[in-house]
Amino acid sequence: MHGLVNRAIERFVRDTYGREVWIDTIRRLDLGYTEFEAMLLYEPQVTGRVLAAVAARLERGRDDLLEDIGTYLVSNPQSDALRRLLRFSGVDFVDFLHSLDDLPERARLAVTDLDLPSLELTDHDDGWYCLHVGLPDGHDLRFGPVMMGVLRAMADDYGALVLMEYRGIAESHEMIGIHLLEEAFAHGRAFDLGARGHPS
Amino acid sequence: MSVSDDALCGLLDMLCPMHVVLDAGGRVVHAGPTLRNVFAQQPLSGRRFLEVFELRRPRGIVDMAGLRACHGTRLKLRHRERPRIGLNGALFALPDAPDLGSGAVVNLSFGISVVEAVRDFNLTGKDFAVTDPTTEMLYLIEAKSAAMEASRKLNLRLQGARRAAEEQALTDTLTGLGNRRALDRVLDRLMQSEQDFALMHLDLDFFKQVNDTLGHVAGDHVLQVAAQRMLSVLRAEDLIVRVGGDEFVLILVGLTARSRLDETAQRLIARLQEPIDHGGQDCRISGSIGATLSCGYETPDPAQMLADADLALYAAKARGRGCHVLYEPRLCDSGPGQGT
Repeated sequence: MHGLVNRAIERFVRDTYGREVWIDTIRRLDLGYTEFEAMLLYEPQVTGRVLAAVAARLERGRDDLLEDIGTYLVSNPQSDALRRLLRFSGVDFVDFLHSLDDLPERARLAVTDLDLPSLELTDHDDGWYCLHVGLPDGHDLRFGPVMMGVLRAMADDYGALVLMEYRGIAESHEMIGIHLLEEAFAHGRAFDLGARGHPS
Repeated sequence: MSVSDDALCGLLDMLCPMHVVLDAGGRVVHAGPTLRNVFAQQPLSGRRFLEVFELRRPRGIVDMAGLRACHGTRLKLRHRERPRIGLNGALFALPDAPDLGSGAVVNLSFGISVVEAVRDFNLTGKDFAVTDPTTEMLYLIEAKSAAMEASRKLNLRLQGARRAAEEQALTDTLTGLGNRRALDRVLDRLMQSEQDFALMHLDLDFFKQVNDTLGHVAGDHVLQVAAQRMLSVLRAEDLIVRVGGDEFVLILVGLTARSRLDETAQRLIARLQEPIDHGGQDCRISGSIGATLSCGYETPDPAQMLADADLALYAAKARGRGCHVLYEPRLCDSGPGQGT
């Protein structure tokens, strides 16, 4: 698994629950280190073990936790770089939704060995969309809940009013139902093309 | 303008939002929406193109006839006022016609200056044609910069690890241990890379007696042996610094468990207490240790950690020789600073 994924989990726990909770959790796994390097690769099973340990420590369901991580990734001021990169994909929320199909490719352009699951958006009537999130090969991690969190935070960012539901797994992908109620519901956060975000 | 000119301008506005249409006199009669944004303060309409922009290549062109002769070639331009931003251009000489006859269309782009231009002129995604890959390019620049920054930090940590190894071989000529400067550099690096560590302040016990009764040569020998023994307890990535005559600071990288800290401290003290032979005489020393863990702090601060370890050392000495104490906030109540 790419270090960026593990590092995201680590930053989420550290920034949300504090350093002690993280150190306490990771130490129990006896990995021989307490921090992940964003630019190194790790064994795929490490991520699953870390997630299980964090979920147990915080007494949270795994999907719940993953969704919070997704939201954190976009809305945390310290990881503004990711929010900015996502905002480049679309001038408004609908544009952004349609750009999701390209997201794994965009991620690969930035970090060659970052392998995200396939994403496919289908557009139904009356503001209904369905996002199909591919199940990755080689490990049982599911990105669906993470995408739920990311989408929720991005809707906020664009100022769109959105309802979402997780529809479970069918064949080789997870499904997320998205209902866009109002595209310009609130003033979104500003996005200045030229103001380079400060990567964390 | 005739209807067909309107249609032409509409077409150009959509596909080339950074174009200008020039009349036969070389004056701007129409500017695309992005250029209108950029020049909102001093609108281009009616101004002479060559008075707004300096043509840097090809050079020596002063009038419309000269400009029209550049049909189809690559133009290098620069805005004459601040910010003197560079532009690329392509000129299409319009065929003779009643209205714009002998005029021209010039399409401009920011070229390599696009990053500065977007920042200076507050351009948004809507300022670029839908088919223009500039937004994607800006995405790539930013994505790559972020990835590069992450790699840079990794390099910094790897370099730091190497330097830490070098630093251990450096400095204090008597013991071969690091010095105060090495300590500061290592602490800086640990702060930057957000690595956890334990900090120990170790003071040799009974060293003064050895020095006073057996002389400086024996004292120096004892220091060298003590240094070697402490090194033998630590791992390669840890650091020992001699900060004073018989005072040492130890940095144990990655150490967060109190139990491991206790165990290491006990081993250090046990090793120091083994008799040291000097010219057939047994020299006996011991060590007192005050320690603190970076993971015990919300935001670790090296100066604070050194002070806390010092306080813990003071408490260890108060308990007798050969003891170690881990810093706890309540130590402050009985510390030397409180005048007890």
